[in-house]
Amino acid sequence: MNKTVLDFWVGVFVIAGMGAVLFLALKVGSMNVVKTSSSYEITAKFDNVGGLKVRAPVKSAGVVVGRVTDIQFDGEAFEAIVTLRIDNRYAFPKDTLAAIMTSGLLGEQYLGLDAGGDSEMLKDQDKIFLTQSAVVLENLIGQFLYGKAQEGVSE
Amino acid sequence: MLKATIEGIGRRTIQGIWRIGFATRFFLLVLFNSGTAFRRIGLTIREIYFTGVLSLIIILVSGLFVGMVLGLQGYETLQTYGSEEALGVLVALSLVRELGPVVAALLFASRAGSAITAEIGLMKATEQLSAMEMMAVNPIARVVAPRFWAGVISMPFLAALFSAMGIFGGYLVGVVLIGVDEGSFWSQMKNAVEFEQDVLNGIIKSVVFGIAITAIALFEGYDAPPTAEGVSGATTRTVVTSSLAVLALDFVLTAFMFRGIS
Repeated sequence: MNKTVLDFWVGVFVIAGMGAVLFLALKVGSMNVVKTSSSYEITAKFDNVGGLKVRAPVKSAGVVVGRVTDIQFDGEAFEAIVTLRIDNRYAFPKDTLAAIMTSGLLGEQYLGLDAGGDSEMLKDQDKIFLTQSAVVLENLIGQFLYGKAQEGVSE
Repeated sequence: MLKATIEGIGRRTIQGIWRIGFATRFFLLVLFNSGTAFRRIGLTIREIYFTGVLSLIIILVSGLFVGMVLGLQGYETLQTYGSEEALGVLVALSLVRELGPVVAALLFASRAGSAITAEIGLMKATEQLSAMEMMAVNPIARVVAPRFWAGVISMPFLAALFSAMGIFGGYLVGVVLIGVDEGSFWSQMKNAVEFEQDVLNGIIKSVVFGIAITAIALFEGYDAPPTAEGVSGATTRTVVTSSLAVLALDFVLTAFMFRGIS
């Protein structure tokens, strides 16, 4: 089979296409660093998850250490069960506090992990006991108004 | 009068069903006769040149301009909310998920799809396909299948190039021209775009579009009445049908792929 000019141009086309895919994969998108093989799963129960969504980031000290993989409703305890995957590189103590926070005033909600002081570390399929629910603005306003009303009574 | 109308509707319905059946048989025949397209890879490479490489210029230039327009318009809107750093996210996500595959497929349908239909229609009109059959050469294996696979292979590359070029265009307008911060442009884009969810789904979309467009173009050419009028009609039908098919398929695929994300 002879090499032709066509082959050359098709080669250029294929290489350019591959380059574009690679550009999209590495520069534009982030290849999923947290692979299922190198991460461990932890569950946490919350009274209220607010606007937390599956695939929301799990951050500790502002750094992304994992992702939320599942949110279920526990019909017996009437609580939300949040499953998260954390990168194997990071270990957290047993008494870590999981809190649902908001980045910025209107930003997306994420799960913040505050490391505790326990010497034992969380393992795969462990539960986090210390949790702090999402702040619901309506409740906050309600509490504020109630507090104001109480002040008025005591005076 | 009434009878003629009803008869006309009936005839068209029956013809439509007949055509769908024939198209399905034709598509399966192409798949079963694809061996030659890979055994004699030179044939397919030749067709990749004609469908893919020659479509490069229109794809790259359109991609650049679409990205530049996205940059301008996105900036205008985002600026109102004081979040112009999110420009990279807006440009990249809309290109990678939707505009890249869809617009590249529409351009591909009008640039390469129409050419395929005209070529095959003319081959049929001048009885070249019948001549091949006379010489015991299967025209579907020799002519149709290489063009089919060339289209299916070219389409994802063209869509990826379109997206990459569009993001570059958005970068040119957003960062170089307007002056959005370069670091946050790229880093926010990287944070928001995920390879599996966004990039890979976009590539899957473009492969599906490639299959749809080339299958429609080949069928219309093969089915064209062997007259000048017939070939021109078939070429028009290719562009219209494949563009509509791309848009309809895009809706279905998007509904499947991105339902869980918001």
